[in-house]
Amino acid sequence: MKVKVEVRGLQLPGARPGAAVEAAYEYADFDLPEQELFLPGHGLCASCTIGVIARHMLKVLGPDTIVVNPTGCAEVSTVTYPRTNWAVPWIHVAFGNGGSVASGIEAAIKVLKRRGVIDPNRKINVVVFAGDGGTADIGFQALSGMLERRHRVIYVMYDNEGYMNTGIQRSGTTPLFASATTSPAGKKIPGNLTHKKPMALIAAAHGIPYSATANPAYLPDMLEKFRKAAEIDGPSFIHVLQSCQPGWRFEPKYAIKVLELATETGYWVNYEIEDGKFRITVTVPRRKPVECFLKLQGRFKHLGKEEIAFLQKVIDEDVKRLNEMAGGEFIGPLDPEAKC
Amino acid sequence: MTLQLELGKVRQKRIALTGNHAVALAAKMARVEVIAAYPITPQTPAVERLAEFVNNGELDAEYIPVEGEHSALSAVVGASAMGARVFTATSSQGLGFMYEILPIAVGLRLPVVMGIATRAYSAPINVWGDYSDVMSMRELGWIIYMVSNVQEAFDTTIQAFRVGEDPSVHLPVAVAYDGFWISHVLQPLEVPEDEEDVMRYAPITRSWRKLDVDNPASLGAVGTPEWYFEIRYAAYKALEDSIKVVLEADALYGKMFGRSYGLGSGYKLEDADVAIVTYGSIYGLARKAVDALRAEGIRAGALKIRLLRPWPADFLRRRLDGVDKVVVVDRAFNHGGLVGPVATELAATLARPIYSAYATIGMRATDSAALKKAAERVAKGEVEPMRPFNIGLRGP
Ligand SMILES: Cc1ncc(C[n+]2csc(CCOP(=O)(O)OP(=O)(O)O)c2C)c(N)n1
Ligand code: SF4
Ligand SMILES: [Mg+2]
Repeated sequence: MKVKVEVRGLQLPGARPGAAVEAAYEYADFDLPEQELFLPGHGLCASCTIGVIARHMLKVLGPDTIVVNPTGCAEVSTVTYPRTNWAVPWIHVAFGNGGSVASGIEAAIKVLKRRGVIDPNRKINVVVFAGDGGTADIGFQALSGMLERRHRVIYVMYDNEGYMNTGIQRSGTTPLFASATTSPAGKKIPGNLTHKKPMALIAAAHGIPYSATANPAYLPDMLEKFRKAAEIDGPSFIHVLQSCQPGWRFEPKYAIKVLELATETGYWVNYEIEDGKFRITVTVPRRKPVECFLKLQGRFKHLGKEEIAFLQKVIDEDVKRLNEMAGGEFIGPLDPEAKC
Repeated sequence: MTLQLELGKVRQKRIALTGNHAVALAAKMARVEVIAAYPITPQTPAVERLAEFVNNGELDAEYIPVEGEHSALSAVVGASAMGARVFTATSSQGLGFMYEILPIAVGLRLPVVMGIATRAYSAPINVWGDYSDVMSMRELGWIIYMVSNVQEAFDTTIQAFRVGEDPSVHLPVAVAYDGFWISHVLQPLEVPEDEEDVMRYAPITRSWRKLDVDNPASLGAVGTPEWYFEIRYAAYKALEDSIKVVLEADALYGKMFGRSYGLGSGYKLEDADVAIVTYGSIYGLARKAVDALRAEGIRAGALKIRLLRPWPADFLRRRLDGVDKVVVVDRAFNHGGLVGPVATELAATLARPIYSAYATIGMRATDSAALKKAAERVAKGEVEPMRPFNIGLRGP
């Protein structure tokens, strides 16, 4: 279907009129509104899946959505004065405060509705769109406070497993043994020595109504999770894996492939925790070896057999634990013979 | 018992409050809509009182009990961007914890109002009132008031909303009041009987609203070298020009409520040979010192600075150009600098050497006798200009 991109509102004050995009392009037949709220013409790298996540997130959440975007790749690549790629209200304040800025916005909406400034029947979504650094590290406290205080905020963490904006430094979600510029593959130490923080479980431990993981390569599952989060009367958290070509070092054409392999190997399990109930939402009958996921990426190319075997063991254990939580073998056994 | 007064056109009553409770009452009477705060001595009773107002249904606001000051300021920045009237308050370590967001509130042009019950910075940890916190935020673009008593703290907090929210200003405003010597001291003050009068003085216009789903805009963009200068200059200029709005708002407040303060005030400066310049609660001590000096035949005067930012240069020149010797009693160190923080700027303003003293550091007690002695030393030429000396420091 050919679709004309519709542009709502204006860009930043001072922008050239009509500078907002007028374009037509193909897009697949999803059950989604045609209206584009995340506009083309951004500065994200070729094949960056931040755009895929942001675009679909807004298609689900709709125009009555306010985006809080902490510092990071998404922010710097989409709003450079006087241009913007966001056709919804958008705010960037700093790196470590997505949760608290959103708390203030949500609180303001509540009181302005009571005081008759905003129509009390109008549902306005407040969404934080933050990187792994802005969420799991420097913004962890603000996130925790926001969840604990029960603000009606949808927190979407796009996880490219490192501080990509500042040049691929490690973060609290960088996987074991990945080479990053502050955890380089060295002669003595083989890259990052820490495990990925399970942010969706940590968020769920706050007792929030909805927490999930998602993967843009499994689009309907991801969309469904945005939809659920939008319907909830309280905080929700969605941890989305996001492939990053310069950071992970794969060929740009593999941006979706590498995400598929993340799930097919059990490295990334798509699940949700709704009112305390844990459910694996994308089942994998037989798992491919983790090597399939690793070998596409330069950040793991220094790994020898021993490290790969260790990583496989870590994944086997993670999968076992998640299956136990779900009460069944939703992620199947390792198939060592599987083709990548 | 409360006493009815007809001041200006507005009915007022006389009550007694601490500085913290007066500031909280002012924010309540200005009908703030979102409050986010984190407790710290000596600010704590201010934010506790606001929580009581909200939880007792006396103030229809959202109170966000955030998990730290970085979040406190971040939350009110978000709420202000939505067009809400907002308030927060803090002291020293809390202000330090907020620091990253202080210049952002300026760049985003949001009229956040913040009370600062002033306090020394650690280390050593010291919960008492000096001005090292306030002095550390001078260059960031906030309007900064320094008040001298509970009444002025109340009145200035109400003025702060009108000034910061003025469409030609749209800047955050800090109202600093001495930790303990104002924040915790019970003083009589007059407050309006009817909140409506405060709302007439400072109506919520929402002219600063930035986030609106019917009119989407992006706020907080990357400002490249091609744009940053202009955008930041606009905030710089707005602060400089806000002095007119500060004066207008103060004059209107005077008309309606019968009290106004200007950019500062002077005491017996007209024929003075030596002037004690200071800020905050110790201005009363300075005036007492002036009387004592005059009794001994030294023609002394005193001046207090009410507005730290924008710096009221013309006002200071007018009041002090004719005074031979000017000594600034600074209440925060200017570590590694030439003279005290305010002394540095006043010397530049008057374009001549002045005298600089440090007092009340970490809330070291002082009194009018100590200030008198300091001015006497200056008058008699016992201390050098542009070389700081200390009031009340033990040791050699
Ligand atoms: C307080 C603060 N510290 C450091 C930085 C520098 N910085 C900007 S973005 C960033 C990393 C962002 O990482 P992440 O949140 O994962 O987003 P990504 O860039 O990967 O999309 C860093 C370290 C900053 N802007 N603010
Ligand atoms: S560095 Fe990575 S995350 Fe950042 S824009 Fe490029 S691909 Fe996207
Ligand atoms: Mg990242």
